[in-house]
Amino acid sequence: MKEITYAQAVCEALDEEMERDPNVLILGEDVGFIGGNFKTSVGLLGKYGDLRVKDTPISEQGFVGMAVGMAITGLRPVVELMFSDFLLVCADQVINQAAKIRYMSGGQVTVPMVIRTPIGAGRSSAAQHSQSMQALVAHFPGFKVAMPSTAQEAKGLLKTAIRDNNPVLLLEHKMEYNKKFMIDDVVEPIPFGKANIVRKGTDITIAATSALVMRSQEAAEELEKEGISAEVIDLRTIVPLDKDAIIDSVKKTGKLIIADDSHDFCGIASGISSEIADDVFYYLDAPIGRVSTPNVPLPFSPSLEFPIIPSKDKILEKVREMLK
Amino acid sequence: MKSNIKKQLVNFYETMYRMRRFEEEIFEFYKKGMMAGLAHLYMGEEAVATGVCAALKEDDYLGSTHRGHGHLVARGADIKKMMAEILGKETGYSKGKGGSMHIMALDKGILGANGIVGAGIPIATGAAYSAKYRGTNQVAISFFGDGASNEGTFHESLNMASAWKLPVIYVIENNLYGISVDTRDVTNVTDLADRAHGYGIPGVVVDGMDVVAVYEVAKEAVARARRGEGPTLLECKTYRWQGHHVGDPANYRSRKNPNEKAEWMKRDPVVILKEKIIKDEIASEAEIIKIENEIEKEIQEAVKFAAESPYPDVSEAFTDIFA
Repeated sequence: MKEITYAQAVCEALDEEMERDPNVLILGEDVGFIGGNFKTSVGLLGKYGDLRVKDTPISEQGFVGMAVGMAITGLRPVVELMFSDFLLVCADQVINQAAKIRYMSGGQVTVPMVIRTPIGAGRSSAAQHSQSMQALVAHFPGFKVAMPSTAQEAKGLLKTAIRDNNPVLLLEHKMEYNKKFMIDDVVEPIPFGKANIVRKGTDITIAATSALVMRSQEAAEELEKEGISAEVIDLRTIVPLDKDAIIDSVKKTGKLIIADDSHDFCGIASGISSEIADDVFYYLDAPIGRVSTPNVPLPFSPSLEFPIIPSKDKILEKVREMLK
Repeated sequence: MKSNIKKQLVNFYETMYRMRRFEEEIFEFYKKGMMAGLAHLYMGEEAVATGVCAALKEDDYLGSTHRGHGHLVARGADIKKMMAEILGKETGYSKGKGGSMHIMALDKGILGANGIVGAGIPIATGAAYSAKYRGTNQVAISFFGDGASNEGTFHESLNMASAWKLPVIYVIENNLYGISVDTRDVTNVTDLADRAHGYGIPGVVVDGMDVVAVYEVAKEAVARARRGEGPTLLECKTYRWQGHHVGDPANYRSRKNPNEKAEWMKRDPVVILKEKIIKDEIASEAEIIKIENEIEKEIQEAVKFAAESPYPDVSEAFTDIFA
C-alpha cells in the first residue's frame, strides 16, 4: 500500500497503459506541457513525446472528433475534457458520432476511445464549470459511463476503460483530485458492471456514485453511533449498471437511497430509481429516496452552493427522514 | 496521349457511368415507393469523387457525407450491399441500420457517411493523425459540401491539421446550395478555397465538372500529404442535378437565373467525358457501349439482389450497440 492523490492515481493509470500498449495516446487542452489542468498527466509529455501526449487548441468538437477517427483506425485515444460541462460543446461528436458509429455501420467498426472529464460542484466555479454530466451521456445508447470513487477505483476503472473496445466516459470528481488515498502498489483493471459493497449493513441501502460513495460511508459511520446500520454500495459504472447488487441489498434492508451529483429530474438517481422499481417494489418499506442536485443551475456564492449540493449531511437528512 | 492516361480516361468514364446509373435506380426506388425515407443524390457531381479517388491507394481513408453514394462507388464499394442498405435490407452494408445516409464500407477505407453536416471532417482528420502516428503513409480524404465549410468543425479541423502537418485532403464539393440557401447569400467570399489561407495551407479551386482537372489537383494534394507537408483544401465547383434529396423539387434554384440548372446540365461531366473519349479516339463508340452494357448488367443484378433480399428481423435492432 502507498498513499497518493486521486490525480496521481489517474496519472499512474495513464502511464501504465501507455507503457503497456503503444496505441494508447492522450490528447486535450493543457494535457502536455503543464500536465493537465488538474495535474492528471504530469510527466507524460516528457516520457512519451509530443505525438502521444498532445496539447490541443481549444477546439472540443475538433479534437473529440479526431479521437473518433483515431479510434476507428486502430488507436486507443484518451481525451481529456477539462470540465464535463464542455461535453455540451462537443455533444455531436460524443452522442451522434462516437456512440452511434458502430451501430450505424452494422458492427463494422469498434470505437475504443475514452473521454475523461471532471464533475462536481463545491469550488465556487458557478454554473458552467460545476455540472455533473453523467445522466446526459448515460441517456443515449452507445457510451459506457464509469464514475470512480477513490484513487484506487480511479486507477482500476480507467485501466478498464482504456482496454474496453467501446467509447467510455470516465467521470472523475474534481473535489477529490488533491485528496490523499491509500492505494495498492499494483492496481488491476476493475471490471465494469460490477458494483462494490463498501460497507455492509441491515437497515438501509445507500447506492452511490463517485465522491458520494465516500460521503455515504462517512454518513454511515455517524449513523452507526445512533444504532442505524447502513449498507453502502459503490455503483462504479452507470452503464453498464449492476442492478442486481442494488436489488439484492434492498431485499435485505427494505429501504433505498440513491446518491448522485446529477440534477434530480431525469438524473441518475431518478433514472435508477425507476429502472429498478419493478424489481424492488414489494420489498420496500418506504419510497426510494434520492440525494441529488436540485434543478437549479449551480450558483457561485458558497452560501448558495454548499447548502444545495449533495453532501454527507444531505444523506444523513434523507436517512433520518426515511427511518422516521 | 500516353496509353495509360487513355486507359485512365476510360476507367474514369466507367466509374462515373456506374455512379450515374446507380443513382438513377435509387431515384426509381423512391418513385416506386420501394425505399423508406429519403436519399441525397450525387448526380451531377460524379467527376469530383472519381477524380479525387483516382489519386488514392487501396488503403487510404475517406470520410463521406449525406450525399455519399458517389464516394463509395468511386472507392469500389460493393454496389449490391449499398443498394440493399438503401432499401433497409439485412444484406446491406449495415444490415439495414444505417440507410443511404450512413453507408460505411470500412474494407474500402470509408469512415462512414454522415448525417450531421461537417461532423465527418474531424473524424477524417483523426484518421490522418492515426496514419501519421502509425507511420503508414496513408492519407485521408474528407469530402463535404459548401454548407459544411460554415461549420465550426471545418475550421477547427483545418487549423489542427495544418499545425500538425497531417496527411489529409479536404475536398469541398461546392454545389452552390445548402438545401435551399444559396451559398452566395450567406458567404462573402467567391471562392471557399480562399479560407485555406487563414490556416496556412494551399487552397485550390478546380472545375468540378472536369474529371481530369480534379484528378490533377487531387494527385498533387495527395503527393504533398504523403511527403509530410500537410493538408490541402480543394474546392470543386459543381452542381447537383436533383434537389437536396429525392423529395425536393428544388424550385429555389431558379430565383436568380431561370436557366441556372439547364446551363449546368449542359456541362454534364458524364456526357462530356464520353464525347471526349470518342472524339479523341481514345475508345470507339462501340467500346463505350460495351462498357455501358456491362455496367448495366451489374446494376440490374444489384437492383434484383436488393429488391429480393429479406428485411432484417426486429432482433437486429438490439445488436451492435456495444462491441
